[in-house]
Amino acid sequence: MEKGTIRVKAGLAEMLKGGAIMDVTTPQQAKIAQEAGAVAVMALERVPADIRAEGGVARMTDPEIILKIMDAVSIPVMAKCRIGHFAEARILESIGADYIDESEVLTPADDKYHINKWDFKVPFVCGATNLGEALRRIGEGAAMIRTKGEAGTGDVIEAVKHMRVIKDEIARIAVLPYEELMTAAKEMGAPYELILYVHEHKALPVVNFSAGGLATPADAALIMQLGADGIFVGSGIFKSENPLKMASAIVEATTHYNNYEVLARVSRNLGEPMRGIHTGTISENDRLAHRGW
Amino acid sequence: MLVMEVLKEHNVKAGPDITVKNTVIGVLALQGAFREHIGAIKKCGAMAREIKFPQHLDSVDGLIIPGGESTTIYKLMQKYNFGPALEKFYNQKKPIFGTCAGLILLAEEVKGDSFGFGYIDITVDRNAYGRQVDSFELPVVLKLGSANANNNIIFESGAETAAGPDKFHAVFIRAPKIEKAGEKVQVLGSVDSVPVLARQENVLVCAFHPELTDDLRIHQYFIDMVIKSKNMIKSDANN
Repeated sequence: MEKGTIRVKAGLAEMLKGGAIMDVTTPQQAKIAQEAGAVAVMALERVPADIRAEGGVARMTDPEIILKIMDAVSIPVMAKCRIGHFAEARILESIGADYIDESEVLTPADDKYHINKWDFKVPFVCGATNLGEALRRIGEGAAMIRTKGEAGTGDVIEAVKHMRVIKDEIARIAVLPYEELMTAAKEMGAPYELILYVHEHKALPVVNFSAGGLATPADAALIMQLGADGIFVGSGIFKSENPLKMASAIVEATTHYNNYEVLARVSRNLGEPMRGIHTGTISENDRLAHRGW
Repeated sequence: MLVMEVLKEHNVKAGPDITVKNTVIGVLALQGAFREHIGAIKKCGAMAREIKFPQHLDSVDGLIIPGGESTTIYKLMQKYNFGPALEKFYNQKKPIFGTCAGLILLAEEVKGDSFGFGYIDITVDRNAYGRQVDSFELPVVLKLGSANANNNIIFESGAETAAGPDKFHAVFIRAPKIEKAGEKVQVLGSVDSVPVLARQENVLVCAFHPELTDDLRIHQYFIDMVIKSKNMIKSDANN
């Protein structure tokens, strides 16, 4: 009997496909997310929109909060650690978190290196803005990728951009002649073996979700049609006027992303979505998506 | 095409118009690993359809409820009122196959939860194997060939597999545990005397994920169940 293998790590992500993973900060919110049909929750002290507004150093969530959320729901519970902070990751693994997000939303702990995720039994999800970054994270042992978007904005433009970039780069690698693949690997800063995998399979070796700015059922449908395997909704749920209604609508939109009858029905009377920030007004220095090496 | 060849070899009377090729398997596509099941069904030579609403069940001969998050799938099934259509499907003796979350949904009893359609007499504990860090994989001995004499057609073929001819490489992910199985339930495979593959008449359940490996034998076994049920339904109609 083998535990913590890449197959069981990546396998859990396979089971989350076609679903919505929601940020929650309390057991009560976790129950609302589960009631709405979320496939998993991300246990946090503050949602990205608040981290952005309040500033300061954003760290791993208090394990007590995560444990209470784990007690409150039967769906998988994920938690975030800082980029490169393997001690935080070990703490999260020891309390039994089901997935760790080595996340750019928290303040990075290492300016050069990410965690060696092969060392862990718990699976990791990591953010990426392009194919090279996604393959570097997978090379380090990530069992799931999510495009970064721009967390805490409620503005979908970056999520769309990153999903399209990865899709385009996969399409390009798939058609390159074999002799050009090593140079492509060099230019993208991606492991050669994984470039060969993408060339052969025309796909990433792990599941790819979309994150960072999704706030409505229509956003979920848009990003699913662009090829996401599922979605993360951060601040979009509990910063909206009616969280249960919004969460249920986003779950349905993720399942029926190409059925406009359903999408129109679930989009009606949702109340005010999160107010949000237009990404164009955020200076380059304040963009979370740039974090990650 | 294995099933067809074996059918021929064992002189199973499938009838001229019931073959793997014109058998349609529906895969519940609300959430989870439904694409993998669809891929496996197609590799076996049968047709596959996504089932997103209850009325889609009318056009398929068998149904797979895939792995995924059981709470999510159940809530969506409730929302779209799958109950009556599924009950009709079950009463028509059309085969249903549930993997992982699907097993939970088909069970008679789910500890601490109200769901379970009750189509197979098992009691399930959803979290008995632990959380994700306790997920595991291992080769499991399956006894599909010995279920009964007529059932001998798939697993005696010694299909090539990494785990060996009589073993199946089983991947368990936050797997449900079958704590109790009723008398009518045939146990077709177990780990530490806990059933992991079981069948009661036309309902097949599996605690692990055959759709995550390249081994098609369990899907072939299910397709064979579906072909047999189609024959039964057809001969009932003729009588």
